[in-house]
Amino acid sequence: MDDTTRYQRLLERYRNGDIDRRGFLTLLGAAGLSVGLVGGPMAALSRKARAATPDQVRFDGWGGVVSEAFREYAFEPYTEKTGIEVVDGTFGGADEYLARVRASQPGEFNIAHLSGVFDYARYHNLDLSTTLDEANIPNLDLVIGTLQTPFRKITGGNLSAAPYDYGTTGIAYNRKHVSDDEAKELGANLLVKPEFKGKIGGWGEWKTRIWYAALQTDQDPNGIEDMDAVWDKLREHRDLLLKYWGSGAELMSLLAEEEIYVTEAWSGRVKALQEQGHDIGYLDPPGGLAWQECLFVMKGSPMAACEELLNFMLEPEVAIAVAEGQNYPPALDPNKVDLPESVTSLPAFDPTGTLESLNFFDPDYWNSNEADWSKTFGRVQKGY
Amino acid sequence: MTASASEAQTFDRRPWLLLSPALVSVLLLLVIPTLFIVVYSFWLRTAVGAEQVGFFLDNWEEVLTDSFYHDILFQTLRIAAISTIICAVVGYIPAYFIAYTPTRHKTLLLLLLMLPFWVSYIIRTMSWINILGVSGAVNSTLMALGIITEPIQMLYNEATVILGLVHFLLPFMILNIYVSLDGIDRSLADAARSLGCTGWQAFREVTLPLSVPGLAAGALLCFVLGAGTYITPMVLGGPRNAMFANLVYEAIVTQLNWPLGSALSLLLLALLGTLVMVYSRFLGIDQIAKSFR
Repeated sequence: MDDTTRYQRLLERYRNGDIDRRGFLTLLGAAGLSVGLVGGPMAALSRKARAATPDQVRFDGWGGVVSEAFREYAFEPYTEKTGIEVVDGTFGGADEYLARVRASQPGEFNIAHLSGVFDYARYHNLDLSTTLDEANIPNLDLVIGTLQTPFRKITGGNLSAAPYDYGTTGIAYNRKHVSDDEAKELGANLLVKPEFKGKIGGWGEWKTRIWYAALQTDQDPNGIEDMDAVWDKLREHRDLLLKYWGSGAELMSLLAEEEIYVTEAWSGRVKALQEQGHDIGYLDPPGGLAWQECLFVMKGSPMAACEELLNFMLEPEVAIAVAEGQNYPPALDPNKVDLPESVTSLPAFDPTGTLESLNFFDPDYWNSNEADWSKTFGRVQKGY
Repeated sequence: MTASASEAQTFDRRPWLLLSPALVSVLLLLVIPTLFIVVYSFWLRTAVGAEQVGFFLDNWEEVLTDSFYHDILFQTLRIAAISTIICAVVGYIPAYFIAYTPTRHKTLLLLLLMLPFWVSYIIRTMSWINILGVSGAVNSTLMALGIITEPIQMLYNEATVILGLVHFLLPFMILNIYVSLDGIDRSLADAARSLGCTGWQAFREVTLPLSVPGLAAGALLCFVLGAGTYITPMVLGGPRNAMFANLVYEAIVTQLNWPLGSALSLLLLALLGTLVMVYSRFLGIDQIAKSFR
């Protein structure tokens, strides 16, 4: 007997007067209490309830200006058009979010604005992926092919996500203290300039840190040969650092308050600071890091509603409006969609639609080193 | 009628029935999850982030033999101890004032003491950024007064972590000391003074020793809460100011290594649990409960 049948029988006994209200609620409450510990009937019920009533979809993103753009330009119009409510959640980092997803019941989280191919592969490896029915997402045809290929490679030709935007993690610097020429001349080494000791920031995320340390030691980040040199460079950077920041909001605050003068930073966040009137420069150094973001649909989600939302979000008008709001170029192919100047002028925008000029994480290489490197970086970060 | 039948007849089930909701809650929400963590600590993390189920001692071996964890643990205990001592010294004065003030508004003072609990701990911690930051209140004031020309870098070091912890823990200390002071018979200090003690001597010889249980209860609470925090070093600390709970957070959230995170959290739990047991053995744990009555 499955949990739903068991619950229905319990409900029937209550309706027939075989058990009193207190007894019914006690049994129901006991089942509810056990959810957090062992899943159980209530969890299964809630799963089924979610699948059966796709009047609500949960979406999790990066918060701040990015989430504001999604809310204003995509979710609200989507709800108006379809009647499906989008429950909007945020996370500070992909790792933190994955931990939450793993601790949840299938179906609790539906769509996530994930970063890069690396996370797509991780979610797939942890059996959290789905297979999108691409016939329900015709706007996928407008998406740059190069952004879809690595995803398809991981999930056997299918997609569990729609590529949505891309950007770069370059170097942000306060123009009061660093000139554009100096930034260009030093490139990645601006982040380890001893004169800025105590005024340097850095994202406390192992992949980005190692990528930049590889550049600083003249190595190919997707094929590092001397890892000891990288760890030494990371220690050098740590000793010059004021703080490892942990979110886009913290990055913006540290730069805006002039707590730090230089840091690597996300292109869209720097653009947002510039729009607010802060004199912050941005540079993609040679070999700088690019990433793509996707809208990943989690296992156990109401697929029809999710696919409908994805298709809506890929409508050129919506995707362009979101891009203007979050300051990251959309995944729309400029050869297929006429993009306005407000989009083509965004940092990292590639007019060719091939993205050949950008450098992405090689997912196989980084995934294979994740366990060792993330652990070692955790130690280096803390002074070891 | 046999003896056992008679015992069964006289066995009073009511206390157990009354206690059962609490016992069931503790069992379901504390004991069983802790047992899950114990089980997790013997599993292993695979390369893709999933767990390998089994009985492996690798995590425990790593946690118990790796000096990295010991150093951070020592740093955690040191920071918690410093914060606790500062709380005791700084907290005694307001506690004494509230306990001995002749004002009719003692309740209002106690309410003011509770006020910080109404604001989120994270918000309270982050407020220091607006106070001590480069463009924060302190630097702006000093620069406006012409005392400094360049802002002073005050944030993101061990001192700000301790400051944040003291800010968070101080009300707990004050409440415990206040409860202890409030229970002291005032005539004892008067008697000491009538026998020739100065005010300071009466405090040192009578009031202070009698308030030690409250001081110790506050210290225990502050130490345990301080040693288990991870938000404060994350928000106010620099690269070298991590505490043990940050390692647990990182193992579970960043590295997705729940088995190692479980072993680390159990180590901290065992250490702090031992401390509580030692305290309970010598001073009695019920002193802490008094401050919340």
